[in-house]
Amino acid sequence: MTTTLAPPPRKTAVLPDAAPRTSSRTRRSVVAWLFLAPFTLLFLLYTAIPAVAALGFSLTDLRGADLRTPLAVNFTGLDNYVRLFQDDSFLRDIGNTALFVAVGVPLTMGIGFALALALDSGIQRLRGAFRTVFFAPVVTNVVASALIWQYAFHPNGTVNQALSMVGLAGPNWLDDPDLAMPVVVLLGVWRNFGTAMVLFLAGLQAIPRDVYEAAALDGAGRWRQLRHITLPLLLPTTLMVSVLLTVFYLQVFDEPYLLTDGGPLGSTESVALYTYHQFGAGQFGMSSAASFVMLVLVGVVSVVQFRLLRSRT
Amino acid sequence: MSTPMTAAPKRPVLYGALILCALLTLLPFAWGVSGSLRGLDEIRSDPGSLLPHHPTLGNFTRLFETRGFGRFAVNSVVVAAMVVAGNIVAASAAGYALAKLDFAGRRLAFGTVMAALMVPFTAVFVTQFVITVDLGLADTLAGIALPGAALPMSVFIMRQYALSVPDELLEAARIDGAGEFRIFFGIFLPLAGPAVATITIMSFLTSWNNFIWPLIVAQSMSTYTLPVGLAATSQAAAHVTDYGLLLAGAIVVMLPVLVLFLCLQRYFVQGIAGTGMR
Repeated sequence: MTTTLAPPPRKTAVLPDAAPRTSSRTRRSVVAWLFLAPFTLLFLLYTAIPAVAALGFSLTDLRGADLRTPLAVNFTGLDNYVRLFQDDSFLRDIGNTALFVAVGVPLTMGIGFALALALDSGIQRLRGAFRTVFFAPVVTNVVASALIWQYAFHPNGTVNQALSMVGLAGPNWLDDPDLAMPVVVLLGVWRNFGTAMVLFLAGLQAIPRDVYEAAALDGAGRWRQLRHITLPLLLPTTLMVSVLLTVFYLQVFDEPYLLTDGGPLGSTESVALYTYHQFGAGQFGMSSAASFVMLVLVGVVSVVQFRLLRSRT
Repeated sequence: MSTPMTAAPKRPVLYGALILCALLTLLPFAWGVSGSLRGLDEIRSDPGSLLPHHPTLGNFTRLFETRGFGRFAVNSVVVAAMVVAGNIVAASAAGYALAKLDFAGRRLAFGTVMAALMVPFTAVFVTQFVITVDLGLADTLAGIALPGAALPMSVFIMRQYALSVPDELLEAARIDGAGEFRIFFGIFLPLAGPAVATITIMSFLTSWNNFIWPLIVAQSMSTYTLPVGLAATSQAAAHVTDYGLLLAGAIVVMLPVLVLFLCLQRYFVQGIAGTGMR
């Protein structure tokens, strides 16, 4: 297999070995599945069974109180789904979630890309320090970050004090149905642009330097290099980051839950938060239906974007 | 002309912009630290100034003495230890098998790991909770830790790493008659240090920062982890807006991970750049 000097020992034994080989493959398979057992067990228990069961629950009127009396649960067919799509607050929450994705993804990617470009522009000094700073929000606990956000956007908080210094009267950000969402999105962007930056940085560093040198020799300036070399060659990274962030923001929960609990007037309630609120109200069937819609949504977006990724590269 | 001029950064606009962005990124941390050092009076009279007038550590002592943060911290550490141990064991074995063993169902198994990476938490938490209750693990630390004890992300990290380990090494041991388990423990694992380190850090981060699942499972203060305890304290203190106390709590929750991040940055960035998730 590896050496040309000695004759490979296996080749000579192909025929006589055939029978024992199949049994040794079976044995190897058993060993391999033993290695996989701990992961598989937990996967079945906490992912596969729950995903299938969520579909089952969504077809019933299961409530929190029924957990001890499972026989009292009725099969209700698609009732939960019909109710779901007749529920104005669920439709509103789909809109809120779409808004979060539509604003959050480009903003996060834009900031992450600009910073990656700046850090990859050949600067030496402080490069590591900048990367550390920009990445710090990614590892920062969300409950802690949200508290700081609440404090800063408090009616008398830091943000409004800064505004008053330039003579502006700051609003009550998190109590205003029009302003709460931007503040929630801002927290999401702050927490995630570092991830986008790191992924873009890895993509930029994979572009060979001599491509730029050749372009520079041909008289292409920085701007043309960016448009005709960096952006096209970075396309796979860009699509990957957009898939990741879209799937991530579709499931947005922590930021609106912690900052506003979906309020004021449901203006920041996401689909994930709707699921949680139904669960909290003991409506397990409705909650499961909403979460199954989420599963399908995430699946569709992933497949569509991966198709796009494959066709464009 | 003069030497100090050459010592200055060559691209002032770029550096200026980067420094501005860095300051904006750090601003929330500054607010948090500054707020945590203020007494209740000062929080009420002047919550918005950047620097505290009479800095005090009183909020931190109150957290641990009267708000149970010592207990929350211990719980967070215990849960994280269980999660990290589980991930090292489960992911090392599974990742190794996926990369290095030829067996029936290998493609199915790998496809399963990739699919598991995509399943949204929202889609499974209701049933996860029902199962946790059925197993008698509601309101226990084990119940909090178990669903995260074999993260698909960890399996993926270990598989990618194992692919880079030369087959010849394992094959040679096989020819010498070593069993599969001996090859795994004696040859592969000692080489897998970097992947184990990445898995340790990533699963610790996931566990430490996890919020919604512990929030669902923990039903009493004795099982609250730090983020859940902080959120509960925040809800309890909402009417008095005791922000000094809450921000001190925020610092306590975020500090361990930030310190770890500063020391082991490489692994954090690799872990997230390699998998694109947390």
